[in-house]
Amino acid sequence: MDSDIGLWAIPLAILGGAIRVSPPFLFVSLGEVLTERSGRINLGLEGTLVFGAMSGYALAYQTGSPWVGVLAAAVAGSLFGLVHGLLCSLPRVNDIAIGIAMMLLGMGLAFFFGKPYIQPVAPDLPAISFGWWSELQQVQAALRVNVLFLIGIAAAIGLWWMFRATRLGLIIRVVGDSSDAACAMGIRPSVVHTFATAAGGAFAGVGGAYLSLFYPGSWNEGISSGQGLMAVALVIFARWNPIACLWAALIFGGAGALGPALQSAGISQGYYLFYAAPYVLTLGVLIATSSPTRAVTGAPGELSITK
Amino acid sequence: MSLPVKPLEQAIEVETLHMTMRFGAFTALDDVSIRITPGSFHALLGENGAGKSTLVKCMMGFYRATSGEMLVDRREALVPDPRAAHALGLGMVYQHFTLVPSLTAAENLVVSRDDAPRVIDWRRERAALAEFMARMPFSVPLDQPVRALSAGEKQKLEILKQLYLGRRFLILDEPTSVLTPDEADEVLGHVKALCEAGEITVMMITHKFREVTAYADAVSVLRWGKLVGSALVSDLSHADMARIMMGEAELPDPAPRTGMPGDAVLSLKGARASDRSGLKQIVIDALEVRAGEVVGVAGISGNGQMELMEVLTGQRPLGAGSIEVKGAPYGASREEARVKCVRYLPEEPLHNACAPRMSVTENINFRSFDLNGSGRRFWLSGREMRTRAAELVAGFKVRAASLDAPMASLSGGNVQRAVLARELTGEVDLLVISNPCFGLDFTAVAEIRARIMAARNGGAAVLLMSEDLDEIMELADRVLVMSEGRIAYEKPIADAQIAEIGHHMGGYSA
Repeated sequence: MDSDIGLWAIPLAILGGAIRVSPPFLFVSLGEVLTERSGRINLGLEGTLVFGAMSGYALAYQTGSPWVGVLAAAVAGSLFGLVHGLLCSLPRVNDIAIGIAMMLLGMGLAFFFGKPYIQPVAPDLPAISFGWWSELQQVQAALRVNVLFLIGIAAAIGLWWMFRATRLGLIIRVVGDSSDAACAMGIRPSVVHTFATAAGGAFAGVGGAYLSLFYPGSWNEGISSGQGLMAVALVIFARWNPIACLWAALIFGGAGALGPALQSAGISQGYYLFYAAPYVLTLGVLIATSSPTRAVTGAPGELSITK
Repeated sequence: MSLPVKPLEQAIEVETLHMTMRFGAFTALDDVSIRITPGSFHALLGENGAGKSTLVKCMMGFYRATSGEMLVDRREALVPDPRAAHALGLGMVYQHFTLVPSLTAAENLVVSRDDAPRVIDWRRERAALAEFMARMPFSVPLDQPVRALSAGEKQKLEILKQLYLGRRFLILDEPTSVLTPDEADEVLGHVKALCEAGEITVMMITHKFREVTAYADAVSVLRWGKLVGSALVSDLSHADMARIMMGEAELPDPAPRTGMPGDAVLSLKGARASDRSGLKQIVIDALEVRAGEVVGVAGISGNGQMELMEVLTGQRPLGAGSIEVKGAPYGASREEARVKCVRYLPEEPLHNACAPRMSVTENINFRSFDLNGSGRRFWLSGREMRTRAAELVAGFKVRAASLDAPMASLSGGNVQRAVLARELTGEVDLLVISNPCFGLDFTAVAEIRARIMAARNGGAAVLLMSEDLDEIMELADRVLVMSEGRIAYEKPIADAQIAEIGHHMGGYSA
């Protein structure tokens, strides 16, 4: 049944788009929050995302199970994070430079190993229909929610809880906020940095698996449109708070769906400009919240970009 | 349920025996034996570089002493690392806060525990903390991020943390350097009471004789790494302590004041600017500094002095109001500063007045490299720059490995002197300085104060911001107090009273 719901189609399409497009943003930004809260910045998550997409797709195709693919992407991501973490623990190595190198390396390796997997079709990740109560096809389409999205929400809440109420979470915050205090407590900051970066990489890898195994749902070299880089901006937008990352990811996802939504509602004039909405939004948010004289609130004290 | 706090036990005795520490050919600590009896409050005096921090670092296990040993409760104690020292009940409160600013006080306390649980049951921890606080003579708000606490509250929390961790011997490293006189008295009074109750033993590094006399039982003095005196405080006068600390070195006398104040050189009217967080504002309704006078701005750091300094140096935009120098608006450009002879020594001069990686020569020539007499030059003259730098380095006794060494390789005191050398050379009509003697030893302090006084006597207007009240009392003709971003008090030095200034620094207006 396909009924005409007029302009209601636009917000509905944006909602559906937000749910469908946001998981990679969410996972990468959660990984970045974890890394940045420990005081490092990993700009290489774009490369990790693309490599995660490739390795997840490849393993899912080989084994026939998308979950094996997700696991493989997480492992690959944590390896990338580990390399970044270990390299940056060497004296006088800059985390931003290493991040950019890791980004290029990740994409290069993914394209190299991914060539044979462009043609084959791997199984998709399962989705749950929360739109069964409605007869409207648009509602049903909008509320088809992937399991990974739900896992992402759980992970955001889990991280928030971890930072608040576990020893591990507090130690990560201590290291990120004051290396001196951490050393005085007998914690070795570089160890915490390394593991936080590795765990952050695993999140980014899972984000990549979502891209290749659900939406868009295939592996090719143009699979990422910079989600890994946008997520870094998103972390600043979310003020290093995992719950805020969830909302930020949804807003970005929604903005990304603006163009297609307008197109589907028949507004075709200049709609392609709306494809730029997430990027315009990023610029707008960063400009609006920046100041030459004020420090960013909530920023971890040891972070190299905000120091 | 494991009790997070050990019940208060007895204070412990700590003794060092022939403690010696060599770094290569340099002997930082030479055969030092000090005994600190249980429940006593022991002061450790000495100039910068006298070996005080080397001694406590050996005791706390940061360094391994070349020879000598330490006894805890008369038993030999090995401290290969700080953890071992902690296990023996030894704890240290550092000069710089080691609390984590974005964590709350409660989170700071719990995370500092070695046996902090994996998953923190905040309800239980809070109950345990409340019970602990109830037994303490002072308390701090537990649920605010440490960032929001005042310096006095932070210092109290540092001490509470040590007690919470069950430490019985505390080393306090200049614990009152960031506190108002009132806060210092409160904190030290409580510490003293804990000592008298036999709960802790304290060793305090300090250079404030007043605190030694008021709170310590015994004092040990280090000079050039050697123990040169150990006595009961009741047997010593301030003059005795100074003599033991300084040896035979002569201090230059404070320079005499000459001349009368002239016309206003600097005047601020209705100046407003927002601080780093953007939440608070500094508001200076009226501030005038006249030629030939020193105006001292007292206050605890973080009450707007840094913002005022940044407004005057042009690092922070002025929200409203005006700054005038010699009757004309002043925008703090390099050109204006040169024409109007305005010179600065900001706080943290390495970052605010230097390019850390450029050489000493280049840094010293920042004001003059492009000038040729009164005209401009396009090609720099390396020879002239070197000559000028060599003269100033010798004249201001800057100790640098070479003139080509990067500025960042100099010690803090030497950076201070190099910047002063640059800023005090040539004609100076307005001098804006912040904590000029921070971290310098006695001789250097006396020398720098004499230079400031000489500039004043030469007709310069001097705005001196300092956290050291003694410095302001010595140099200023007029004293102001900044509190919460405003000028809370203003008096000529003759009418100013320390107690009254202290109250205003603490934010109480009597």
